[in-house]
Amino acid sequence: MTQRSRPIGDTLLGVEGISLSFGGVNALSDISFEIKKNEILAIIGPNGAGKSSMLNVINGFYHPQEGTITFKNQVRRHMRPHVAAKQGIARTFQNIALFKGMSTLDNIMTGRLLRMRRNFLWQALYWGPALKEELEHRAAVERIIDFLEIQAIRKTPVGRLPYGLQKRVELGRALAAEPELLLLDEPMAGMNVEEKEDMCRFILDVNDEFGTTIALIEHDMGVVMDISDRVVVLDYGRKIADGTPEVVRANREVIDAYLGVSRD
Amino acid sequence: MLYREAGQFKTSYAADQTVFPIAQDRWCVAAMILVAFVAVPLVASEYMLQAVLIPFLIFALAAIGLNLLTGYCGQLSLGTGGFMAVGGYMTYKLTTNFPDLNILIVFVLAGLCAALVGLVFGIPSLRIKGFYLAVATLAAQFFLGWMFNKVEWFYNYNSSGTITAPPRELLGITITGPNASAEVRYLVALAIVILFALAAKNLVRGRVGRAWMAIRDMDIAAEIIGIRPFQTKLLAFAISSFYCGVAGAMTVFLWLGSAETEAFDINQSFQILFMIIIGGLGSILGSFLGAAFIVITPVFLTNAPPMIGIDLPIDLQKHIEVMMFGSLIIFFLIVEPRGLARLWQIAKEKLRLWPFPY
Amino acid sequence: MLYDVFIAPFLDMVESPTFFVEVVVNGLLTGVMYSLVALGFVLIFKASGVFNFAQGVMVLFAALTLVGLIEHGAPIWLALILTVAVMVVLAYAIEWFMLRHLVNQEGIILFMATIGLSFVLQGLGETVWGSNVKMLDIGIPDTSFEVSGVLLNEFDLFAAASGAILVAVLAVFFHYTRIGRALRAVADDHQAALSVGIPLKTIWVIVWAVAGIVGLVAGIMWGAKSGVQFSLSLIALKALPVLMLGGFTSVPGAIIGGLIIGVGEKVAEIYWGPLFGGAIENWFAYVLALVFLLFRPQGLFGERIIERV
Repeated sequence: MTQRSRPIGDTLLGVEGISLSFGGVNALSDISFEIKKNEILAIIGPNGAGKSSMLNVINGFYHPQEGTITFKNQVRRHMRPHVAAKQGIARTFQNIALFKGMSTLDNIMTGRLLRMRRNFLWQALYWGPALKEELEHRAAVERIIDFLEIQAIRKTPVGRLPYGLQKRVELGRALAAEPELLLLDEPMAGMNVEEKEDMCRFILDVNDEFGTTIALIEHDMGVVMDISDRVVVLDYGRKIADGTPEVVRANREVIDAYLGVSRD
Repeated sequence: MLYREAGQFKTSYAADQTVFPIAQDRWCVAAMILVAFVAVPLVASEYMLQAVLIPFLIFALAAIGLNLLTGYCGQLSLGTGGFMAVGGYMTYKLTTNFPDLNILIVFVLAGLCAALVGLVFGIPSLRIKGFYLAVATLAAQFFLGWMFNKVEWFYNYNSSGTITAPPRELLGITITGPNASAEVRYLVALAIVILFALAAKNLVRGRVGRAWMAIRDMDIAAEIIGIRPFQTKLLAFAISSFYCGVAGAMTVFLWLGSAETEAFDINQSFQILFMIIIGGLGSILGSFLGAAFIVITPVFLTNAPPMIGIDLPIDLQKHIEVMMFGSLIIFFLIVEPRGLARLWQIAKEKLRLWPFPY
Repeated sequence: MLYDVFIAPFLDMVESPTFFVEVVVNGLLTGVMYSLVALGFVLIFKASGVFNFAQGVMVLFAALTLVGLIEHGAPIWLALILTVAVMVVLAYAIEWFMLRHLVNQEGIILFMATIGLSFVLQGLGETVWGSNVKMLDIGIPDTSFEVSGVLLNEFDLFAAASGAILVAVLAVFFHYTRIGRALRAVADDHQAALSVGIPLKTIWVIVWAVAGIVGLVAGIMWGAKSGVQFSLSLIALKALPVLMLGGFTSVPGAIIGGLIIGVGEKVAEIYWGPLFGGAIENWFAYVLALVFLLFRPQGLFGERIIERV
C-alpha cells in the first residue's frame, strides 16, 4: 500500500441510483458509490460492464435517466461537459481524443483554455495582456511537460507519436486544467511494462503532490491492487463490489464474474 | 548549411513563440517586405500591377479569411463570394452616403457588416457539419447574390446595377476612382494585407487559434475540455467574413473600379477555396502561396502559347486553358494534398542540410 | 405587407385550385428531373465517399456526346450505345488518372479534385463538340394536354416515367445484389474494404459508369427540353439542395428531396415571387433545404452521424 502525504477526506463526488440506457439497452442500473477527496479509486469489471459509460455520466457527456450526481456538495442530474470541466473535472479517453493536427505543446495548452480570459481583439494584437497571459500559461504547461518527461516531443504533431506517448500527452492535457477530480479511462492500455511503471509513477505523483482525486478504469489487476485505495467492481451495468483491494479480491462474486482463480 | 538553426538558442518562451523564430526567416521576410514596398512600385508595369499583383493581394486576404474558417476551424464554407459582395456593396453605400468619411474606416465598417452577415449564416453550423454545412453556405452565396442584384437600394437605383468606386483620398493622394494610379492602389492594398495577415497569425497562434483547431480536429473532445463549440465557430465565421468583406471592398475600390454581382459569384467562392486547398489548409503562408498560384496560372496559360509560337483561335485556347487548369488542380491534389505550404516546409527541411545529402 | 406575404398567396391558391394543382404537378415533374441528377451524386457518394461536383458536367458531357454523334449522322440507337460506351471509358479514365491516386484522402480533397475534373470535362466537351447550343430531338412531342382542367405536358410526363423506372432499377441493384453490398462497404471505408478483398478499382469503375449513364438519362431529358448547352452543368447546383434535404447517401432521399424541392420552388416562385421581384428560384431551394436541415441535420433519409468518444 502506498504511503499518503494527504489524508483521505470526505466525499468529493457521489453517484446515487444512476441508471442509464440507450434505447432499450441498459448500460447502467442503479449504481451508487462515492469518490473521496485525495483518494485513488479504481473502477474495474469485464468489457461492456459500463465503466466508460459511468465516466461519461460523471463528466456530463451522457445524461442518465435516473439518479443524481453530487459534486462538491452540489446535487445535479444533468451536467453539460463544459460545465463539468469548469467545475474541476478533467478526463482522458479510452480511444485517445487528442487533437491530431496540433503539436504536443498546443494540445496541452488547450487544457489551459478555461483559464484564459483575454478576448480575441487582444489576441489579434498578441501584445500586452494577451501576451502576458499566453506566456504565463506556457510556463505552467512547460512544468507539466517536465513532470511527464515529454520535452523531446514538444513540437511534434501528436498524430505522429506512438500510442504510449499519445496517452501521456493526453494525461498532460487533463493535468493542465488543474482539476480536482481526474477521470482516467484505461490510461495504461497498450503499454509495455516500463511504460506502465512510468504511468503508475505519474499517477501516484499527481495524487501526492497536487492532491488530485483520481478515478481510473483499468484492466491490469497488478496496477489496480498496487495503487488504488478503493475499488468499485461493475458487471453488466450493476455494481457488485465496493471496498479496499484486498476485500474486493476475495469477494466471491467478483472472482466469478471477472478475476477468476489461479490454478496451480 | 546556410539554413541552420544551430546556435540560435531561445532563452525565453516569448522568443520561442515569435512568428519567425529562425533568424534567416526574419531576414528573408524583412527583405521581401522592403522589396514589395520600395522596388516593386518603381519597377513593375501597369499590367503587372493591375492584372497580377493587386488581385494577388486581394485574393490572399480573402484566402486568409477562408482559411481561418475552413483550414483552422474546419467549417467548410462555399459562401466566400457572398461575404465579399457584402463588403463591396456596403462600402459603396456607406461612402456614397458619407463621402467625407475616411475610406479606410469605411472598409472596416463594411467588413463589420460582412462579419454580421457571416455570423447569421454561421448559425446553422451548430447543427450541421461537413458537406451539409458547405451546401448550406451556398444558401448564403445565392441569397446574397440575388439580394444585391434585385434590391436596388444597394446600387443607389442606377439603371445598370453596377457599383462604381467614387474617387477618395487618403493623406491628399487619390487612392480610389478612375484617377488613382496603380502604384498607389497597390501600396494601400499591400499595407492593408500585411496588417491583416499579422493579426491573423497572432490569432492562430494563441488561444483562439487553438480553440478553432480543437474544434476542427475533434469537436466532442473540445467540448469536454471546456471549449464552447457554438461561440468558437461563430467567432470563426465572424472574423472570416470580416476578412472576406474587406477583400470584397478592396476588389471594387482598389482593383476593378466597378463591379456587378457577377464579380462575387459562386465561381469566386470556388476560386478562393482552390487557393486555400492548393496553398495549404491551416496555413497563413499557404493562403499567400495559393493565391499566387491561382492568380498567376491563368495569366501564364494565356500568355505562354503565343510566347512559344503556338497560335490558336481564341475560344479553342480558352477551352484548353480550362482543361489545363482542371488537370493542374487534380495533379496538385494527387502530388501534395497538403498544399504548397507543406512543399515549402519540406524544402526548408532539405535546405537545412544542403549542400550535404544527409 | 404582412398580408401580402402571409395571407394573399394562400387565398390565391384556394381561389383557383386547378391552377394550383397545375403548379404543383409541374413542380413535381421538374422535381423528378432534379432527382435524376441528384441520383448520380448519391450513387457516387454512397459507393466511393466522393462528393462528385462534376456530376453536372457529366450530364452535359453525356448529352453533348449524344447530340454530337447524332449530328454526325449516327442513328439514334447507335448514338445511344456509343455514348454509353464513352461514359464507361470515361469512368475507367477517371479511376485510372484520378481516383486511384487519391485513395483514403480526406473528403474535401476528393471534392476539390472533382471540381478540377469538372473543368477538364467541360473544356474537353467544348473542344471536341463546340460550344453552341444544340437541339436534341428524341421523338417525344412537347405538346400539352388537359386532364380535368389541369394542363400537363406530354414530355414532362415521359421524363418523369423514365426517371421512375431508372430509380426502381437502381434501388433493386443496390439492395439485392452482391455488387450493391460491396458498394456500400466501399463507401464506408476504402482501406477496410480493400482488406476484405473487395476489388476497389472495379467497384469504382462500375459506380462512375452507372453515374455516367444516369447522367446521360438526365442529360437527354433536360437537353431535349431546353437544348444542350453549358448551363446544363449548372443544374448540378440545383441538385445540391435536393441532396441536403434527402441526405447524401439515400436513393429514396434523392427522389423525395427532388420532389419537395421541385414543388416548393415552383410554388414559391409563382405565389411569392412577384412580391420580391422574381427570380427567387435562385436561392429558395437552398434556404428551404437549410431550414429543413436545422431540424434534421442528416437530411430526411441520411445516415445519422453517431459520435463516440
